[in-house]
Amino acid sequence: MSAHEQYAEDLALYALDALQGEARAQIEQHLATCASCRLELEQLRGDTALLAMSATGPRPPQRARQRLLDAVAREPRLPVRAPVPRRSWWGWLGWAATAAMVIFALSLWRENSALQQTLASASSQAAESTRELEELRKIAAPILQPEAQRVTLVAAKGPPQPQGKAFYLRNRGSLVFLANNMPPLPPQKAYELWLIPTSGAPIPAGVFKPDARGNASVVNPPLPTGTEAKAFAITVENEAGAATPTMPIVMVGAGE
Amino acid sequence: MAEIYDRYSSVVYAVALRVLGDTGAAEDVLQEVFLQLWRNPAAFDAARGSLGSWLAVITRNRAIDSLRKRRPETDIEDVVLSVTPDLAGEAERARAAEKVRGVMGTMASAQRSALEMAYWEGMSHSEIADKTGEPLGTIKTRIRAGLIALRKAFQT
Repeated sequence: MSAHEQYAEDLALYALDALQGEARAQIEQHLATCASCRLELEQLRGDTALLAMSATGPRPPQRARQRLLDAVAREPRLPVRAPVPRRSWWGWLGWAATAAMVIFALSLWRENSALQQTLASASSQAAESTRELEELRKIAAPILQPEAQRVTLVAAKGPPQPQGKAFYLRNRGSLVFLANNMPPLPPQKAYELWLIPTSGAPIPAGVFKPDARGNASVVNPPLPTGTEAKAFAITVENEAGAATPTMPIVMVGAGE
Repeated sequence: MAEIYDRYSSVVYAVALRVLGDTGAAEDVLQEVFLQLWRNPAAFDAARGSLGSWLAVITRNRAIDSLRKRRPETDIEDVVLSVTPDLAGEAERARAAEKVRGVMGTMASAQRSALEMAYWEGMSHSEIADKTGEPLGTIKTRIRAGLIALRKAFQT
C-alpha cells in the first residue's frame, strides 16, 4: 500500500464523501501535498464506482429524457476551459515586478484585514496600510491593466532560454512561481516544482503545464510554513504529480 | 447529450433509485447530474477514468446529499477516479454487477452491512458504530477493507 497508513481509513471514508469537519479538513490538507494519497483516493473512488455499478433497476421513464433535453435547450453551456495554466497572461507581464507586488500586496491586505478587526487604537495604522495599498494600486495599474503594452526583453542573440523565477516567503509558506519559454511536454506529463529545504527531502511545490507560448505559473501551492529553502528545482513527472522527484532535474536555482 | 443520456441514463437512474427509493426523487437527481455535465463538460476528465464510472460516483454522491438534505460536499470537478471499466453496455454491466454481488456475498455480514450502510445510506462511520454498537475503528477498517476487496476482485 503506497498511501500513508495513518490516512488509509480516512481516505476510504473521504472517497465515500462520508468524512466531515476537522477530519475532512485534515485529509484535504494532506491530499494537497501528497501525490501517493491522491492516487490512492482515485483508486478508492474507482472502487466505489464498481459498487455503484452494481445497482440495477428499471429504466428511467421516457418523460425524463424529454425533460432533460428541454432543459438542455434552455441552458447556456460553460465555455470549455483550456487545460492548465489558467493565468497564462502572467508570463507576459514584467513578471518579476508583478510577483513581488502580488506577494507584497497580499501581505498588506492580510495585515490590513487583521488591523480592521482590532480596536480603534489601531485604526490609524490601518489607514496607513490602506494608503500604502492605494499607492501600490497606482504603481501596479500599468502592469495589471489589460490594455497595457507588455514586452519581455531578452538577449539580442541566441534562442530564447527557459526561465523560471520563484518568489518565496518562508514565514508565510507563500510562493509565486513564474516561468517562460518552457519546452512543451509529452502527453500525460507535467512539470513539477520542488522546494529543496536546507535539510530533508524535496517538498512538492506544485504541478504545472506551460501554455502554447511556453508560459506557466504556480501561485501559492500548499506548503508548510517556516521551511527554509536552499533551492527550487523542476522535474518532469506524470500529470498527477509525484511525491518524490524523478531525475533528471531540468531546471534549478538557489536563493539570490 | 441525447446520445450520452441514452447510454448512461439507466446506470444513473438505477444508482439514484437505489439510494433514494423514490422514482420522483431519483428522476430529479438524474436530471441534475446530466444538466451539470451539460453545463460544465470539462468537469469530467476523460484521461482519468470512464464517463460511466464517473457519472455513477457523482450520482451516488448527489443522491446521498439529497437523501440527507445537505448541501453537496464535493464539487464535481474534484471527483477524479482511477481508470475503471466503462460498462456502457447492458451485458457488461450485468456481468460486473454479478461480480460485485459475488464479492459482497463472500464478505462477513458485518463487513458487508457496514459498507452498504456507508455507501447506499450515506451513514457516517460514527452513525454506523452507534447503530451496530461496534467501535469506530472497527467500522473504518471494515469499510476500507470492503472497498479493497472489490478492487482486488476486478484486478484478477
